Amino acid sequence: MSQAPIATSRSASGIPTARLAVWWVLASEIVIFGGLIMCYLMFRLHHESWAYEAEATKTAAGAFNTFVLLTSSLFVVLAHNAAEKKDTVKAVRYIWYTIFGGFVFMAVKAYEYTSEISHGYTMFKSVFWSFYYLATGLHGFHVVCGMFIMWMISRDVKKGKNLHRVEAIGIYWHFVDVVWIFLFPLLYIAK
Amino acid sequence: MSNSEEHHGHSAKHYVKIYWILLAMLGVSIVGPEIGIKWLTLITAFGIALVKAWMVCAYFMHLNIEKKIAWYTLAATLLLLLVFFTGVAPDVMKPEGQNWKSLYHEQTREEWDAEYDAAHHGDDHGDDHGDGGH
Amino acid sequence: MSFWEKYVFSTDHKVIGLQYMFTGLFMAAIGGFFVYVFRMQLAFPGISVPGYGEVTPLAYNSLVTNHGTIMIFWFAMPVLIAAFGNILIPLMIGCDDMVFPRINRLSFQIFLLSAIILIASFFVPNGGFGGAWTSYPPLSANAEYNATPLGAPMWLIAVALEFVAFLLGGINFITTLMNARAPGMTMYRIPIVLWMIVIASILFMCSVGPLIAGAVMLLFDQTLGTSFYNPAGGGDPLLWQHLFWFFGHPEVYVVLLPAMGIVAEIMATMARKKLFGYKTILYSVIATGILSFVVWAHHQFIAGIDPRMANLFTVTTLLISVPIAELCFVYIATLYGGSITFNTPMLWALSFMVEFLIGGITGIFLGASGVDIFFHDTYFVVAHFHYTFVPIAIIGFYAGITYWFPKIFGKMLSDRLGKIHFWGTIIPFNFIFIPLFLLGAAGQHRRIWDFSNYSDLATPEFFNLRVIATVSLIVMISFQFVFLFNFIKSLRSKEKAPKNPWDANTLEWTADSPPPHGNWPELPEKVYRGPYEFSHPDRESDFWPQDEPGPDPDDPDYKSGYSPDSDIESSSTKA
Repeated sequence: MSQAPIATSRSASGIPTARLAVWWVLASEIVIFGGLIMCYLMFRLHHESWAYEAEATKTAAGAFNTFVLLTSSLFVVLAHNAAEKKDTVKAVRYIWYTIFGGFVFMAVKAYEYTSEISHGYTMFKSVFWSFYYLATGLHGFHVVCGMFIMWMISRDVKKGKNLHRVEAIGIYWHFVDVVWIFLFPLLYIAK
Repeated sequence: MSNSEEHHGHSAKHYVKIYWILLAMLGVSIVGPEIGIKWLTLITAFGIALVKAWMVCAYFMHLNIEKKIAWYTLAATLLLLLVFFTGVAPDVMKPEGQNWKSLYHEQTREEWDAEYDAAHHGDDHGDDHGDGGH
Repeated sequence: MSFWEKYVFSTDHKVIGLQYMFTGLFMAAIGGFFVYVFRMQLAFPGISVPGYGEVTPLAYNSLVTNHGTIMIFWFAMPVLIAAFGNILIPLMIGCDDMVFPRINRLSFQIFLLSAIILIASFFVPNGGFGGAWTSYPPLSANAEYNATPLGAPMWLIAVALEFVAFLLGGINFITTLMNARAPGMTMYRIPIVLWMIVIASILFMCSVGPLIAGAVMLLFDQTLGTSFYNPAGGGDPLLWQHLFWFFGHPEVYVVLLPAMGIVAEIMATMARKKLFGYKTILYSVIATGILSFVVWAHHQFIAGIDPRMANLFTVTTLLISVPIAELCFVYIATLYGGSITFNTPMLWALSFMVEFLIGGITGIFLGASGVDIFFHDTYFVVAHFHYTFVPIAIIGFYAGITYWFPKIFGKMLSDRLGKIHFWGTIIPFNFIFIPLFLLGAAGQHRRIWDFSNYSDLATPEFFNLRVIATVSLIVMISFQFVFLFNFIKSLRSKEKAPKNPWDANTLEWTADSPPPHGNWPELPEKVYRGPYEFSHPDRESDFWPQDEPGPDPDDPDYKSGYSPDSDIESSSTKA
């Protein structure tokens, strides 16, 4: 039972199973985040006051976080590059850089939340803020999940096992990055 | 630019190059609003977001060397979102109807400014719903 | 292996499929009990229902809400997609398991958790959620309206968890079908039921996303007090209706397609005839899938949506009947000229066509926005969607289980008891819902606890119709015990089922009955032809298993031993 079934090793579509599954995960994630963003857009476009509300978000913090995520994306793709060359030491190091990036991202996010809530911009102030907390919270949840999975994968990689998983988690992490690339202008820049 | 490397995977140098381009674009998107022209801001914010997203997908996720079916799948879901928006927006973006009127009071610029000043000068917060204490 | 390892924490796809099936059937029994209780209340208002007691208005709301929720999310989906998908996909494509067996197990465990949360919600103060299965705000968002402050969020959490379970399962199904096929199992050699299950999984996956976000929004509205759906706070209640039906309408096809696939398998095998127009079916299904995403607002014609959009959605709704009608014609063409065996699975398959057709045709009435203004939220709608969902979920399930029972359990079901059960289910089923069509056309509204307060609906004639429906329901429920008896009796019988009792072609019939963990000692080496080569004129035997070495008659280079004029089979496949 501990052995993987033969099914897992087959690849009739030409895409390795793990990667194929990640593409489908992303497809389902696109509609989750996309649905949320579409709802936000509909409200945003016809509520004049949301433009003022958005002025209270901290552009500098958002920009810094974009930078952090882009950098961690670079790290995870370098980890994949190293894993392809079977350089496990380097791969683990880059995975940990990525996890560290996730930590920095969440720390900045925590600072933002604290400062916003202390100024009265809570989830209940207006639907803009409800969307703000829901969208960034859902995104943050994905960041934390990605960090946790990366930690588990890094333990395998250290032993030289399951190196193909570095690519899979990498693709997921890039997707989280892409979601932020869209949340950043939506919530922080367009005012 | 990826064709030459397609069969060997990407080199670390290539990734770093993409990374610098992404950072440069991030810089533009931050500076964009400072110019103060609305349509330009839209381009620097969302146009650049699209390009950035495309670059991350193509070069970091390796969609450019992946089987086409992955592109098609992801693109189909995006198309679906467009369908969703088109079907829902006419209703949700309508501020009034024939048999109902909205009781929602939209803040004006002045009201918002007054509230903003109150929030950022005093310690007391300016919540107008009374249930901000949650 | 211990009991726990073998039946509870197994990663074997067949065991997980059975877990889904039995959980689904258990939930169906609860849903069936609920309908018995509230139908009794409707036919005999104020009666103390045997086995339940008096039905209060609050309890009535909770019963109808959870009847709907259970039957769709905890019976139709787990049994048709998850159970049959899990059991059939690896067996029919010739591999040993799903590609992610542990994710498969996790998916069932999340599903089980969701079922437990839903059942638990019936026992909290004020009972289970009473805001209807569509859960429209503000009724669902404000506890003072739906009167179930605890039941509502629990219901929502249970539904959200169930979605997560099916997302995990769906990704597993899609990936398995795409990647784990045996050599030679090309696109057009995949049994049609697998296409349908996988396309259904894709539909589910693509449509449920916005609703998952929307469910979190509703949960926040319910429990924290945000205003996503509250117009006074800047939200919009119509948004939920759109989010719900953007998922909810594709969901109809999510459960319909696997049932149609099961029916296709049975029809081809029992008519001993090649499935007519394999590619036509496949393309019709894909067209149905695409169209199913652009019809959703026909549920909202009187919700105050933009009338121009209502026109558009009327057109698309009428359009979607075209590919579905195409499927029906193709199935009839498969039967035409076949040598049909009227055994239990075939009876279920044929009755599916007949009953679903009634549901489909009444759907065209409702899809036209003008007619819908009159019919909206009447029992006409109730009868219509039961004429689609009962064939899908109940008939589809019985068709599938009677057909694959020998493979799954290694025993044969009694055909005689099966037929008694069949007629005992089909006849009362029509007697339940035809009266409801009449009542609905006369203006009887849904979600009313007691009609005796409405003078125009409380006439003796109307009550007679309600009593007919309720009595028929009780008859139909009682006949399900025949199936239960048949099931247990067959399981206990000594006689073992042969490997291939129906002389079918697909790969699962080459495995032992029941297949062991890993399915085959040696996986099928190669697939040589499509799954429906029945009664081929070049062969002595009337079936041609997919894994039997030899030529593929669909191959353009295939040389028939017969003259082309008499070879009806191969000319029909070229079309």
